[in-house]
Amino acid sequence: MNRNLTLVWNGLIPENPIFRLALSLCPAVAVTTSIKNGLLLGLAVVFVQVFSSCTVAIFKSFIHPRIRIPAYVIIIALWVTVIDMILPVISPEVYKQVALFVKLIVVFAIIISRLELFASKEPLTPSFFDGLGMGLGFTFGLCLTGAIREFFGAGQLFGHDVLGFKPLLIMILPAGGFFVIGFIMAMFNWLEYKITGKIPKSGGVH
Amino acid sequence: MQISRFLVISGLVCAILLMGVVGSATADTVGAGSFKKDKGMEISFGVPVDKNWAENLSNFLVYEKPDPDIRIPIHSVVLDTRRVAATLTFKDSLNTSAEYVVEAKDVTSDGKILGSHQFLVKKGQAQVLFAILLGAMLINNFVFTKYLGLCIFFGVSQKKETAIGMGITFTIVIVLSATMCWALYSYVLQALHLDFLKIIVFIGTVAIFVQAVDTILRKVNPYLFKKLGVYLVLIVTNCIILAVPLINADSGHGPFSSLTLGLGAGIGFALALFLMSCVREKLEVCRVPPTFHGLPIAFIVTGLFALAFLGFSGLSIF
Repeated sequence: MNRNLTLVWNGLIPENPIFRLALSLCPAVAVTTSIKNGLLLGLAVVFVQVFSSCTVAIFKSFIHPRIRIPAYVIIIALWVTVIDMILPVISPEVYKQVALFVKLIVVFAIIISRLELFASKEPLTPSFFDGLGMGLGFTFGLCLTGAIREFFGAGQLFGHDVLGFKPLLIMILPAGGFFVIGFIMAMFNWLEYKITGKIPKSGGVH
Repeated sequence: MQISRFLVISGLVCAILLMGVVGSATADTVGAGSFKKDKGMEISFGVPVDKNWAENLSNFLVYEKPDPDIRIPIHSVVLDTRRVAATLTFKDSLNTSAEYVVEAKDVTSDGKILGSHQFLVKKGQAQVLFAILLGAMLINNFVFTKYLGLCIFFGVSQKKETAIGMGITFTIVIVLSATMCWALYSYVLQALHLDFLKIIVFIGTVAIFVQAVDTILRKVNPYLFKKLGVYLVLIVTNCIILAVPLINADSGHGPFSSLTLGLGAGIGFALALFLMSCVREKLEVCRVPPTFHGLPIAFIVTGLFALAFLGFSGLSIF
């Protein structure tokens, strides 16, 4: 049980997919104009990550190593198709804004890299918690970025007026997303520098 | 040497395709009309028609092609001096991206009734394609305003040479795969009512296609493969390659529009990659704060680029 909690915590902060591993950056900038969008896409990613991790963990002995990548892609595409049909029923309004990105979860690097690095080697339970941690870390990243952009760009939080005016309209514009992610990454680097005393090797290395 | 030959061949293919587009656009204009500025459209008859007939508004019925029941009120009809072309003016402004049908009842020429005639009024295809190309390339650049393909964008923009190689390979692959996905979608998926399978089918098609290009290039042209082969594998993980067929499917694009969107997306991506690599080569020798090293500063530079690309939104005049 203890190890499972560590796995979830690992995905949430120390190996946060967006700010530390720098994987799947496209949605992190694109849909985070408000918290709601970020939350919905985050939940979709949690769903896909957990279910494809479990599927791969169960069926790994049947998948020939040489064709594993196409097999993983098909498994992910299967679960994405499922969530793509469920989401419009749950929240049609928000879905309209993130529709393209829900379909694009297929090509998110984070999911396939977790399958390759973790689920294909470990049994079912750790794979489940690893998927959950990575998905939650991704959701956390999207929500944090969304909150900052919505607060400064529109003066709102969760669609409710907080400030009553718009301090920095640029945050809602395309450019704002890049700035916010850049600054949050720098902040994570700074925190690591304060804690460990080492200058980290850039936000993420591909 | 090999690369330049390859470029010449791909350029020729593009030119032939473009000629086909322009040719088909001119062939379409028989019995068709065009939009004029300020709520107007022009239709031309094959023969001189009577002024009395033409200026009677009740002889013309105008509606948008999908809604034949909603008539659009005409303000006036003016015949030109040679009596072969008429300009219709409307009370409300027209939606120039829609298709309109003009029905002319009992066309009368020198007292003789020639029967009814229909005109299809729409934007010229070349114009539509140019708007799509410009839109995908600059106005809605996939990297800077739609934020797609960022992983690859940050991954390979460290050196100018790799950026150019990736840009060229990506443009070629995306043009071909967008066209192929269009054919699959309209002839197989839509025909069999399997629309919901499009995610699985598109990603499968792209993966197979990239693998095929990889295998063929390795045998046919080893030099080119050595130059561009590394980028081929990376392309599969680029969101743009899946986003373009999906956008094509959702907005009901035809074959040429699909191809043009692919081309625009490819060129736009190559442009973004090249610009970014120029800046990042300079960044290497700059004194950046240690916590901003690497990706954080790259993100902020991209933000500045996005800000600059916002200026292109003024280009959407078509």
